[in-house]
This record gives sequence, structure tokens and C-alpha cells, in this order.
Amino acid sequence: MATVSNFKRLPANAAAEVCIWVEGQPVTAREGESVAAAVLAAGLGPTRTTPVSDSARSPYCMMGVCFECLMEIDGQANSQGCMTAVEEGMQVRFQRGIRAVPADTDTEKSTEKEAGENR
Amino acid sequence: MNHYDLAIIGAGPAGMAAAVTAAESGLQVALIDEQARPGGQIYRNVGSPALRQREILGPDYYAGERLVEALDHPQITDFSGAMVWEVRTDTLCLTVDGQSRQIGFQRLLIATGAQERPVPFPGWTTPGVMTCGAAQIMLKTSGLAPNGPLIIAGSGPLLLLIACQLSRAGVEIEALLETTPRRRYLESLSAWPGALRGWRYLLKGASMLAELRRRGVKHLTGVSQLRAEADAEGQLCGLSYHRGGHQQRLDCATLLVHQGVVPNVQLSRSIGAAHDWDEVQQCWRPRLDPYGETTQAGVFIAGDGGGIGGALVAELQGRRAANRIANQLSRLGATEFEHRANSLQRQIDFQLAIRPFLDRLYRPADEFLRPSDETLVCRCEEVRAGEIRQLARGGCAGPNQAKAFSRAGMGPCQGRLCGLTVSQLMAEASDRPVAEVGYYNIRSPIKPVTLGEVAGLAADQDQQPQAPQIAEPSAVSNYQRSVSR
Ligand code: FES
Repeated sequence: MATVSNFKRLPANAAAEVCIWVEGQPVTAREGESVAAAVLAAGLGPTRTTPVSDSARSPYCMMGVCFECLMEIDGQANSQGCMTAVEEGMQVRFQRGIRAVPADTDTEKSTEKEAGENR
Repeated sequence: MNHYDLAIIGAGPAGMAAAVTAAESGLQVALIDEQARPGGQIYRNVGSPALRQREILGPDYYAGERLVEALDHPQITDFSGAMVWEVRTDTLCLTVDGQSRQIGFQRLLIATGAQERPVPFPGWTTPGVMTCGAAQIMLKTSGLAPNGPLIIAGSGPLLLLIACQLSRAGVEIEALLETTPRRRYLESLSAWPGALRGWRYLLKGASMLAELRRRGVKHLTGVSQLRAEADAEGQLCGLSYHRGGHQQRLDCATLLVHQGVVPNVQLSRSIGAAHDWDEVQQCWRPRLDPYGETTQAGVFIAGDGGGIGGALVAELQGRRAANRIANQLSRLGATEFEHRANSLQRQIDFQLAIRPFLDRLYRPADEFLRPSDETLVCRCEEVRAGEIRQLARGGCAGPNQAKAFSRAGMGPCQGRLCGLTVSQLMAEASDRPVAEVGYYNIRSPIKPVTLGEVAGLAADQDQQPQAPQIAEPSAVSNYQRSVSR
């Protein structure tokens, strides 16, 4: 997990601070920003590894298009980190390839975010 | 279920302008956006900008303030932070705060704008590679800027703009690498007359180039063959590229890429509206009548989602569509409608005069439209260009069949980042026009939704659900299956 952030905060207008937990680590975020932005600002990542080859990924588009920012947010797997605003006490976990996925049971499936099948 | 005369999806310039125009004609309007605040991507967060220094983003960004302020109208109901996942003939399903609900409408305006064109090249999935649009969003919403060695690479007006903005913010740019092929300058000559009519845009381009020079940003043109390199941990550590007959390399921690923007057609495709291949802009665009109505009666599109025109054009198109809708719903008389339509059309034509020039000049290099065999095309399912080419040569009919064979387009992004490339690769490999090869079939839900949310909707309606596809066991998404393997 990277420790030095590749992003810095520029002089900003006042906003409340929000504390979230990323992989068990406290992260201070700016109210109104996305989980993905807070995670990048803290220098954390990669935010997921792929189900196919376990290769590292981090947020790419920040506008809801690429789905590279999928994380487990407050227990909900496959949540788009760039489309979710930070909230006090939020628990964020990174998704690790094949391993992170719960068994294929109905109860667990219902908390899994899904997109349509486009066949 | 609440009913509205007009439901608008997307609160960017087109959606905001349409909402106000429709409300002023007396229509009840629902304005829906995924973000907590209106603005779209171009005016993202303009009502509460993060950056203290207004000079960084410049006046074109703060021009959105006036549109946001006008939204304060009693006829406009604001659905912010709402994700639309299915659109039917006269209703749509959305989720706000984990609660799903339906909204009824007489007319629908899709104003979901553009997405950045996918920029496939070897290594583009490496953490540390992001789009120029992503960098802008971080500036607008968080006041965040890249720190450490930064390279900006690609082509298009936004490439120069973000370089200027970051440079104004004091961010050091290792290099700005321009991939615009040199012959594009020649190819765009034929479009000069239009470019001269749109001289304001030309002037803006020239002043950005001058600013970059003044700020000492190393700006290299004629760059090709990008390849992002990762360190042992998989994090971006450098970029190699070709220039002037040599392979070169630079260290970087962040690489921002850009190859222009294309209409976001996910929603318009999901409702079955017809789309045509635009050879000049190298993208699909929905087939629209002169007022923005799609081939699905009652469904309109305004803004970049109907073809790239930029923020000012989007705003004018939003007003044009709203007037048409008010006219169809007998809230705006024929004479006044005609008068407004003509005036708006003149302004739109004027603003669009520059487009043929920009489209020709900034048409992406072939290596980004039809990348090398080794390049990952589908980021979600990790399918390479070579595999798609092979399928096409083997007689695979089109993207939907290729999807079944290769899984390209089956992941969570639903083809948003590979669809254009797959169509173009297949066209090339089978020597057919892209229009003939076609595109993925897009089905609802178009955004990730839990079965719980779908079920909640059914309970809310206290009726048999209209069988959202995901509720059927056979339609459990392939992403689910792929991650469960
Ligand atoms: S970063 Fe692309 S969808 Fe979130």
C-alpha cells in the first residue's frame, strides 16, 4: 500500500472535516468530496485488484464511467468510490480480486451491487 | 408515484438550462442528477467550489454559477444524489440514499453529457494513470492536484486547459506530450472557414499555448507509442514514448491522459433509440430531430450526449428542447415557439462553427482508436485487442457475439470503456464499416443496483414489479459470476 500521496491539497475554501476509515486506517477527508478522492489524497491504494488476473487498479475517471474505483463501503461491495460522498465514520475496504468475494449465496448476493447483463 | 411534465436526467449546462426554460413555461420539472450539487462535470461543484483561488479554473468555469442560481424556481423539483438505473416509457426508476422509487413523466430529457474517450495503450490500467477529466474533477471538488512527477499526454483542447490550470496552481509538469499526428494540421485546413467564424475559440487555444510557453511548461509534439511502466508494487513509475525517431522515457508518479470526449450513450441505448456512427467525431451519436427528439417519441437529448458541442451549445440545446416540449404540451404557442427556435438555432450554428476544425485537428491517432494487439481493451474483463481482432477475422458477427466469446464488455462498466474500441477493431479486422459492425446491446439496469433496491421498489409500489431484468435468476450479472469464479 502506497504511503506517500501523489496528490496534494491546494489552498481551499473552508469545509468541514470528515473522518473515514480506510482499511482500518483513519483518513481525514473534506466534506462533500468522494471516497475515491479521499483515498487518493491519503496516498492509499491500489483500491482494488482485478477478479481475472489480480492486477492492481486505482480510480481512473473519477466520474462514474470506468468502475475502477469499486470498493466495499460500509459493508456494501462493488460501490463506486468516486460516486459516493464521504460520511463521518464510513468504513472503506479495498476489494482484492477473487478472494474478497463472498460465497455465492442469496443473502450475500443481495448486498452485492450489480449492473445489467448486456448480452 | 409522483408525476412530472418533464423529467430531466443530468444537471449539467443542458439539463439546468432546460429545467429553467421549461419551468418558466409552467411545466412541472424533475431535475435528476447523480451528484449532490448541480453543474455536471464542466461546472462540477460550482455552487461550492473547493479552490480558494478562482484564477486556477478561470472564468469559463465560474460562468456556471448563473445557471445554478437560476434553478431556484418553484416549478423545479430537485433530485440530487439520485442514480437512475432504468427508464421505461413513462416512468423511471432511481435510487436516492439507498431507497429506490419511481417517477412518472410525460416527456424525458436525457442530458447526461459526455465521457472521455477511452485511451487504450499498453499500461493504461496502471494505478497512477488517470484521465485529464479526473484531474479536473479533483480540482473542482476537493482542491486536489497531482504531487510529484506529472506527465500529461494526449490530444485535444482539454489537454491544454488542464495543463494551464495545474500550472496556475503551482503544480510542476514534467512534460506535456502532444500525440496529435502532424498530418492532422493539414487535414484540418479544409475546415478553416468555420474556424475563422469561431475565432473566439481559436483565440482561446492560442492564449493557452502562449500561457504554457510563458510558464515554461515543456510541450513536446509528435509523440506516439505511449507505454506506462509500473514498479514492483504495480504503481506507475514511468512513461516511455516515441518521438523524433527515438524511444524515450520519463519518470512519473501521475500520468494524465486525454483523447477528447464522446457522447455518453448508455442511457439512450438502453431505451432503444437509434444511433449513427459519426465518422468525423469517431463516435456514436443518437439520431435526433432538429429539436433533439430521439427516435423514441417523447424522449429528447440535449448537450454533449447528442454529439460533442461544448458547454455553451449544451445550454442552448437544453433551452431548444425545453421549448419544443412546452410546445408539444400546449404550454407554448406556435408563433413564440418558432421565434425562439430560430433564434436559438442561429446561436447554436454560430457556436458550432469551430467544431469541424477541432474534430479534424484532434481526431485521435489510429493507435488509440485501434490499439496494438497486446493492449488491454476491456479493462474489466482484461481482454486484449489481439483477441478481438482474432474473433473478427474468425467470422464473429459483431460486438455482442465477441462479448459472448471473450467477455469483453461484460464487466461492471458495461462496455463504457471498451465499446468504441471493440467496434472499431472489429470493423478494421473484418474490413467493414463501423456502422455495420454495430455496438453492444445495452440493457437495464444501467447502473449497479442491489437486488434489495429492486425489491424495495416493488414493495413501494405494492404491485407486481414490471420484471426488472435483474430480478430474474438467469440475469444475475456476469460481473457477479466472474468475481465468483
Ligand atoms: S473512478 Fe471511474 S467510475 Fe469511479
